[in-house]
Amino acid sequence: MSQEVRIANYNINFGPQHPAAHGVLRLVLELDGEIVERADPHIGLLHRGTEKLIEYKTYLQALPYFDRLDYCSMLCMEHAYVLAIEKLMGLDVPPRGKVLRVLWSELTRVLNHLLNITTQALDCGAVTPALWGFEEREILMTYYERVSGARMHAAYFRPGGVHQDMTPDLADDIMKYCDRLPKILNDIESLLTGNRIYRQRNVDIGKISVEDALDRGFSGVMLRGSGVPWDLRKSQPYDGYETYDFDVPVGKNGDCFDRYLCRIEEMHQSLRIMKQCLERMPGGEVCSVDRKASPPRRGEMKGSMESLIHHFKLYTEGFKVPAGETYTAIEAPKGEFGVYLVSDGSNKPYRCKIRSPGYVSLQATDFMSKGHMLADIAAIIGSLDIVFGEIDR
Amino acid sequence: MDEALQDLSKYVQSGLESEILSSTVSLGELAITVRAEHIGRVLTFLRDDQNCLFKVLIDIAGVDYPERPKRFEVVYNLLSIKHNHRIRVKISTDEATPVPSAVTVFNAANWFEREAWDMYGIMFAGHPDLRRILTDYGFEGHPLRKDFPLTGHVELRYDDEQKRVVYAPVRLTQDFRRFDFLSPWEGATYVLPGDEKASGKA
Repeated sequence: MSQEVRIANYNINFGPQHPAAHGVLRLVLELDGEIVERADPHIGLLHRGTEKLIEYKTYLQALPYFDRLDYCSMLCMEHAYVLAIEKLMGLDVPPRGKVLRVLWSELTRVLNHLLNITTQALDCGAVTPALWGFEEREILMTYYERVSGARMHAAYFRPGGVHQDMTPDLADDIMKYCDRLPKILNDIESLLTGNRIYRQRNVDIGKISVEDALDRGFSGVMLRGSGVPWDLRKSQPYDGYETYDFDVPVGKNGDCFDRYLCRIEEMHQSLRIMKQCLERMPGGEVCSVDRKASPPRRGEMKGSMESLIHHFKLYTEGFKVPAGETYTAIEAPKGEFGVYLVSDGSNKPYRCKIRSPGYVSLQATDFMSKGHMLADIAAIIGSLDIVFGEIDR
Repeated sequence: MDEALQDLSKYVQSGLESEILSSTVSLGELAITVRAEHIGRVLTFLRDDQNCLFKVLIDIAGVDYPERPKRFEVVYNLLSIKHNHRIRVKISTDEATPVPSAVTVFNAANWFEREAWDMYGIMFAGHPDLRRILTDYGFEGHPLRKDFPLTGHVELRYDDEQKRVVYAPVRLTQDFRRFDFLSPWEGATYVLPGDEKASGKA
């Protein structure tokens, strides 16, 4: 006669130091055997008070903080911020500046998706894609360095355009790269897409329906994976995205595997856009010539007193932004990244609320992981595509 | 685009006659101000009405205006995927008055409201789990308020004697420098040095 034994639920801490937590996520899991009953993410371990710091900096000084939000897709974060400033100031961007921004945004998208796909594979036990993917990321980062001087935190987009022009040989190299990467992507896909283990770990895991995805505030791949053809580059285009020819991949089932497939295809589409950018690259200025908003070139400054004054004023006092408020969003690799910028007419933002896609996705962890096995948590977190820089801000 | 927004603005105003306080379209964005106690009804209307269908809650932002009688503004950004529109809903509140929670309307509101509570101390009535979210366990104060200093009140260091990290009051070797960039020729609000001689006894 066996005694009835009552087994209490397990509570375990997943992270803050766990390779599959993609940063500093502390996930308190309540387990019934190996089934997840409740997942409570504790975030904020990387909170640096970015929004507070921005309120104490001039508009231009606040720009590099955006690189450090989502440190896997740096230039896309900057993109939302400069678009918000330009909207408030009514500043125009010269054609070459726009095309350069689109080019580098798309390059950043490739950079981000390469990291996400390969680390998601790593979480599911496949090591090789990570090694191959990081080699490609390294090349892209040298391009970052060649255009801005920094491998990651570029601070390359500026209100009114971009900081420096790109050299012609860099353009040639990127063009060659666009022809080279699809082969690597096919190699990575050949390891994952048909792989039985990878499929078992991802198909039908973390499924989310369209209604739930909308109710949870999802955007980007998280929404497209469930079958909603929604892409801000198509529906609310900025910087001339409407003039490029590209497709928006959409998933069917809304599970981790569909989101993976969407990301792979998005990289191919990004390469398409990058090629179009390089082919049509117009000449002319890369940054606005409105000297009340964008500083003069170094060379000009050496010869002209007025330029020197403008340079001094813009780098000490900064420009003033007319009072007003805007919410400006872009299609970041992880979803809709938006900046709610309130200006009181001074040289510093009065309030800058950053809407990060990862924050919203991570919020749904509890909902998506309920009833799944403990091992599936790693796959779900991998497919959410979270980076703690932007979640904790 | 602006015309469509004006139409939407008129439609929303007619649909929410008693709740709406003001409505503006600026920079191609529609913003409405409503009474805080009606926020649940407003959001439900905007979500479910066939001409609105703002089904995605994009963001909730708190803003602090210490000089106003109701110092906090809570800003809800909504997106309609069906009609490709955005709308901003604003309400005002103060430190003592809780705002009805939007979690019953949008599940996405949960963490946004926790963040607004953490950062500004805006209270949300009916929120299932109003804990701090971004700051440390046991943190005191609401860091994004305008009267909270940039440096904070405490700093963290490792204490070798106690063999653990401890909090201590912030000690700065140099004051935080805030430069005055207001040009005296463009309406500085303070009295310029020397100007006090002009008035009074002379």
